[in-house]
Amino acid sequence: MDEREQAVRSKMQSYTAPKSVTGDLPTEDGEDESGFKRPGRITDREDDYRRRRLQRMLSPSRNDAFAMGDKTPDSSVRTYADVMRDQQLARERDNTMQNIADKLRKEEEERELDARPTKASGVQLPPPPAQLPPPAAKSAASGEKRRNRWDQSNGNADTKKARVLEWDAPEATPAVARWDATPARPDEFGATPGRAASRWDATPTPGRTGTEATPRRNRWDDATPTPGRVDPGATPGWAPGETPAVGATPAGKRGRSRWDETPVGVGMGGGATPMMGQTPMMGMTPAMTPMGGMDMPTPSPSSLPKVPLTAEQYQTMRMEREIEERNRFLSDEELDSMLPTEGYKVLEPPAGYAPIRTPARKLMGTPTPIGGTPLYHVPEEEHGQTFDVPTQLEGLPELKPEDHQYFGKLLKEVEDEQLTVEEMKERKIMKLLLKVKNGTPPQRKSALRQLTDKAREFGAGPLFNQILPLLMSPTLEDQERHLLVKVIDRILYKLDELVRPFVHKILVVIEPLLIDEDYYARVEGREIIANLSKAAGLATMIAAMRPDIDNIDEYVRNTTARAFSVVASALGIPALLPFLKAVCQSKKSWQARHTGIKIVQQIAILMGCAVLPHLKSMVDIIKHGLTDDNQKVKTITALTVSALAEAASPYGIESFDDVLEPLWKGIRLLRGKVLAAFLKAIGCIIPLMDAMYASYYTKEVMVVLVREFQTPDEEMKKIVLKVVQQCVATEGVEPTYVRAEILPEFFRSFWVRRMALDRRNYRALVETTVELANKVGCADILGRIVEDLKDESEPYRRMVMETIDKVVRDLGTADVDARLEELLIDGILYAFQEQVSDDANVMLNGFGTVVNSLKMRAKPYLPQICGTIKWRLNNKSAKIRQQAADLIARIAVVMKACDEEKLLGHLGVVLYEYLGEEYPEVLGSILGALKSIVNVIGMTKMTPPIKDLLPRLTPILKNRHEKVQENCIDLVGRIADRGAEFVPAREWMRICFELLEMLKAHKKGIRRATVNTFGYIAKAIGPQDVLVTLLNNLKVQERQNRVCTTVAIAIVAETCSPFTVLPALMNEYKVPELNVQNGVLKALSFLFEYIGEMGKDYIYAVSPLLEDALMDRDLVHRQTASSVVQHMALGVAGLGCEDALTHLLNYVWPNIFETSPHVVNAVMGAVDGCRLAIGPAIILNYLLQGLFHPARKVREVYWRLYNSLYIGAQDALVACYPRLENDGINPYARQELEIFI
Amino acid sequence: MATLQDRFNINSQLEHLQAKYIGTGHADLSRFEWAVNIHRDSYASYIGHHPILSYFALAENESIGRVKYSMTQKMLLPCGVPPEKEEEI
Repeated sequence: MDEREQAVRSKMQSYTAPKSVTGDLPTEDGEDESGFKRPGRITDREDDYRRRRLQRMLSPSRNDAFAMGDKTPDSSVRTYADVMRDQQLARERDNTMQNIADKLRKEEEERELDARPTKASGVQLPPPPAQLPPPAAKSAASGEKRRNRWDQSNGNADTKKARVLEWDAPEATPAVARWDATPARPDEFGATPGRAASRWDATPTPGRTGTEATPRRNRWDDATPTPGRVDPGATPGWAPGETPAVGATPAGKRGRSRWDETPVGVGMGGGATPMMGQTPMMGMTPAMTPMGGMDMPTPSPSSLPKVPLTAEQYQTMRMEREIEERNRFLSDEELDSMLPTEGYKVLEPPAGYAPIRTPARKLMGTPTPIGGTPLYHVPEEEHGQTFDVPTQLEGLPELKPEDHQYFGKLLKEVEDEQLTVEEMKERKIMKLLLKVKNGTPPQRKSALRQLTDKAREFGAGPLFNQILPLLMSPTLEDQERHLLVKVIDRILYKLDELVRPFVHKILVVIEPLLIDEDYYARVEGREIIANLSKAAGLATMIAAMRPDIDNIDEYVRNTTARAFSVVASALGIPALLPFLKAVCQSKKSWQARHTGIKIVQQIAILMGCAVLPHLKSMVDIIKHGLTDDNQKVKTITALTVSALAEAASPYGIESFDDVLEPLWKGIRLLRGKVLAAFLKAIGCIIPLMDAMYASYYTKEVMVVLVREFQTPDEEMKKIVLKVVQQCVATEGVEPTYVRAEILPEFFRSFWVRRMALDRRNYRALVETTVELANKVGCADILGRIVEDLKDESEPYRRMVMETIDKVVRDLGTADVDARLEELLIDGILYAFQEQVSDDANVMLNGFGTVVNSLKMRAKPYLPQICGTIKWRLNNKSAKIRQQAADLIARIAVVMKACDEEKLLGHLGVVLYEYLGEEYPEVLGSILGALKSIVNVIGMTKMTPPIKDLLPRLTPILKNRHEKVQENCIDLVGRIADRGAEFVPAREWMRICFELLEMLKAHKKGIRRATVNTFGYIAKAIGPQDVLVTLLNNLKVQERQNRVCTTVAIAIVAETCSPFTVLPALMNEYKVPELNVQNGVLKALSFLFEYIGEMGKDYIYAVSPLLEDALMDRDLVHRQTASSVVQHMALGVAGLGCEDALTHLLNYVWPNIFETSPHVVNAVMGAVDGCRLAIGPAIILNYLLQGLFHPARKVREVYWRLYNSLYIGAQDALVACYPRLENDGINPYARQELEIFI
Repeated sequence: MATLQDRFNINSQLEHLQAKYIGTGHADLSRFEWAVNIHRDSYASYIGHHPILSYFALAENESIGRVKYSMTQKMLLPCGVPPEKEEEI
């Protein structure tokens, strides 16, 4: 290695990522501020997929078939048939749109091809549109069939109106479908299938009408708000699929159709709940499109009479205004006032200059800002509408701004007499919900109880119509959702079968909880759905969820599958099996089959080994999915098989017989994602097989696996690794086979640098390699990867090191030969020296594990290792010094085992020289290393000698860094314990004073070590001096310090026998100072606790002191003295000290009437202790005086004591109960005890 | 009974804990109820200590099994029918 190379290398060590990169690393800000997570809105932490919950609609309540009996459901109620029809319709619509899109794309392509005639040579043109029968014909046909009243174009709405009314006349039975009743007639839809013709595309949800500027006139725009509809809640957002032409027939059409009932009806009370997904929808007149309506300036809030904006809108607008205000152009006057008049000249703007103002801003900008400065914004007075002032209603919690849309009604003052019963009920529920949502805990509790108790009185409808929209609110916080879900849970129990019409609505709200990222939310969701299914029954649950099974939206199907699995776990798998069987074989749509199979998968995941009894039937239900035409169905089936196998492991292989063959065929034929799923299934099944089959099948599948080793697909990689791990772990797979067939390819494909970069790949690869090592032995694996320890990529080296660490820890290094051993140490040294990253633990652990496992064989390498360590202890970088010191701590034991004491001593001296280290982290590690050296070579052989080392440690005790403190006190304690004689007593006293400061440490471990050290020192130099120090410390103010001091005194007494300590301690009690006396008592309490039965010699000595303390006016005196009595009694039980204890008990007894909880506790303890030491009979005799005392206060205390006596000594009391006399009616006497032979 | 302060202190659970054991008492326990507890405990104790049982059997000139059986029977209503509630008040 020449000089230049060396220079480069030394520089390499300090190369790190640029600051800009490291600075960007995500830190968990906010959380470490207080240790608590701040309450956040649920929507803020959700991803896009989860946010799709907001797009779901709370459908109208459904018919309860059970409640109807034989009657035909009345037409205004939605039945199962209606829902299924809607679903069918939606699917067809989706298909059609798909086809139209396909067709358009084809046409586009064609046009492109036509445009480039040169390319057309030899390329066959796609068939012209006329020859594309399926999409075109179908769209026409379905268009015709589905022609219905919402599809009519707006132009001739008036002419159509008459007919519309005709069809919408109340129908006799809902079975006559409105949709189908449409007479076939030539229509615009069929004729112009382009996108523009469909309203679905332009305005898929009403909420989006606002954001997409629709050029067409929307019929909502025409609507003149009728008086009944000005109320914000009254314009519910219907999804387009069900939007009736409300605007066209404004008011008074109440009986028109079932759809129209709700929108015209009362605010939130109707059977239909508005969709909450889009905030702007609420509280907006139909004519208004505020956010996206670019062609008109947004009116200022005040100019919109009686139309409350939602809180968000209001905030956004205000913010916007404020930004505008602050960034507005400075006027000439302002510039004049800011700039000095002299030395500046006003220039003319260039001739062609025109100021650019962003047009959007201009449009959005408020014409005139309300009030001048936004900071002191005073809104114009509004009637019944306040924005910023927190609204406080009497007896109700504060309303948040976003609550106004739900609880706004409460703000209106109304006379009770004017309200109908329904309205009263609604207000009542609203108030209770507000209390639950925003109230204080007591308010919440009582409101929750009222809601529960009156649930049936309120009725399911009014309750759910208010709770469910709240839960859909986009501003909901975790805590609020938890509370509202709790409300639902409680009322479910009460409402029982009354919930049936609302099952689907509840599911829409609760299902998203099942895929929440928060574990507890998921559990909560499961609980609710389980309770719901118990309340509503299986039939209702199936009826409610069946339509969602083949919903076109994947989100809906996913959540429904999860909900179904919860139903299965609540009502039992067998109940659901027939239904699942039917669904999984559905011919109508692949979605249904997919969801059905997914339900089985979710059941397996949710219920684990509980699927075993039904395993066979569940596999039978899904097995045909492996040969399904649809790829997605195939994939989910394979995943389900693997979930089932995983749940059943290690049993149930016989149930999987039927799927083995299709799986086998599958892995040969398939590619891509489906193949990955199939491999996963096989990987999960193989561990269930017995050895012979497992070996056979492993060999079969390995061909495919080895081929897939090279896949670039990340998901596939993970699955392949997992399958290899599972296969290799089975019993029947021979090491020779693994060595020959798997290892070469495996290492070639997976042990590459790229794998170390992704955390999950890294984990999987390390685990799989360890599993392989378990099969083929340590040396094979080490031999293959040991060279990579010298790789140039650090993450890769770390991955190698972690694998070596784990393999060696599991298997040892017995089969590692000399050559490999050499390579290993060489590589590890290289990797250790080259590391620059922060996380040094992997390298340290690996190094430690390998050296410790080599034991004696490590001897030849120790000089080299120590050389490296010494060199690195001298390094400029603190981190490297710290790592070197940490490494010493890990290999000290092995060095001793290799008889390298000289080397150890040498290292000790080196470390001693570095005790002046200024970085506390490094100093802590150096102290730790010294400690481990002292531990292995002992006090006498230690270099530097202890008498030099300890004085050097004394000043370090002053260091306030936790790591330094901990290591230092451990080292000092160790020396005090084993080698105190090497140090003069004076030095120990000096240390004692330092130790007192350490009693203040925050970490308990440090305080405990300190207290123990006091004991060692007292033992070494005699207790007198130490005791004096400690007793003086009792006078300090700080409580924790005093407590620790008393513990130290007790420990000194324990280590040096109590008689050396007690006289001084009791003498100290004479000091007329509360803290000191209590300290003495506390020390006595610990002392008697520690010395146990040794205490019998000292009872009589301390009795007078305790008498005094138990009669003291100070409560704490009596409390602490009582606990002394307790510990004393427990220590000497059965040693013949009854007389002294009875005497003390007489002093304790009057304190039983104290009320302070700590005193009560201590006195109860003392009495209990005495029960043990002087027997229950005596205590019972004390108690008999008060058990039936006329004063209840007395009786209560006495019975409490009696109960603890009774629980402690029930059997023994039989002999000492008082004699009871017969009273003439009842025989009370216990005659058996009078028997005498 | 318990004051507000009592409800939240460390001893609040003690009584609840004690009340879980049959045979514990409280301030409103009547003479009869206490006596029943004493009797039942006594019988249980006799049955549990074989030497005592054989002592009773010897004195009554009955078999040990018979004595045990009759004691188990007596545990049902050891002090006869409970007195009317009014008596307590």
